[in-house]
Amino acid sequence: MSDLDRDVADLKGPAAMPRRNGELVFNRPWEGRAFGMAVALRGSGRFGWDAFRERLEHEIALAGPADDGTGYYEHWLAAFEDLLVDKGLVNRDELVHRADEYRAGHREEVF
Amino acid sequence: MTPEQPHEHAHAALSDLEARALALESLLVEKGLITSDAVDRLVYRYEHDIGPMLGAKVVARAWTDPAFKGRLLADGSAAIAELGVDSQDLHLEVIENSPGVHNMVVCTLCSCYPWFLLGLPPVWYKSAPYRSRAVIEPRAVLHEFGVNKPDETQIKVWDSSADLRFMVLPERPAGTEGWTEEQLAAIVSRDAMIGTAVVAIPEALTP
Repeated sequence: MSDLDRDVADLKGPAAMPRRNGELVFNRPWEGRAFGMAVALRGSGRFGWDAFRERLEHEIALAGPADDGTGYYEHWLAAFEDLLVDKGLVNRDELVHRADEYRAGHREEVF
Repeated sequence: MTPEQPHEHAHAALSDLEARALALESLLVEKGLITSDAVDRLVYRYEHDIGPMLGAKVVARAWTDPAFKGRLLADGSAAIAELGVDSQDLHLEVIENSPGVHNMVVCTLCSCYPWFLLGLPPVWYKSAPYRSRAVIEPRAVLHEFGVNKPDETQIKVWDSSADLRFMVLPERPAGTEGWTEEQLAAIVSRDAMIGTAVVAIPEALTP
């Protein structure tokens, strides 16, 4: 039993991670990366897990009841980006710029 | 993790979300906040081996609270709800080990598992050899897991189904009198709740 398991189990209701027969489901590799990044950084003490969970719940609530859960990691990624920008760990401009570089094919993939 | 599809050509267009995830990861790595290795390990761990912490909590409560144990054995789903564990509309049956009976759980058809208590099933649980041999020769399988029960102990094998999930309530080891629920939960292993291990006091904790 680890703190990490407890934190992950703490994501309940609409914020609970999608599972199939109990196993986490990442439909695309980037979803697994988004999950792993947030969980990896959570142990650094740079933000509280509650702060992330609240943002995730907020993103899901904004999407409204029509949201069928397929966009779960889209909400996850948005919540994580906002949190990092707010905490000053990442700058919004550099994030947008870097994403543009990837989209335009100016950067090789790192994973 | 789902294997990445081979890229058709070097500059295949990335989706907006892929590009954002890549941007974020590359920046966090450059800033020394995370390593890609750590992300790999976490993704792997959560796809393959999430911890069985909720099950251990249920077992520890049953060991320390006889009334709860009675309710747990009578109606597993209702009893775990008391501890805030949602059985997700599946029926949970908890079966108790005793000196005369050792229980083990299998799913001969696929990999039905009480994941709401135990997390992700281990790879061997889903393997064809375990699924067939647990029923045919449970003693031999237990022996391979290091569990050797005397001949007079009855071995019962419980076959899970889509709607019915089993969890074993292992025997509480001698020498744990007076332990707190939290101490007890820490020594309950996933395999003990599947029935392929017994709970023992780790050497580091023996006086």
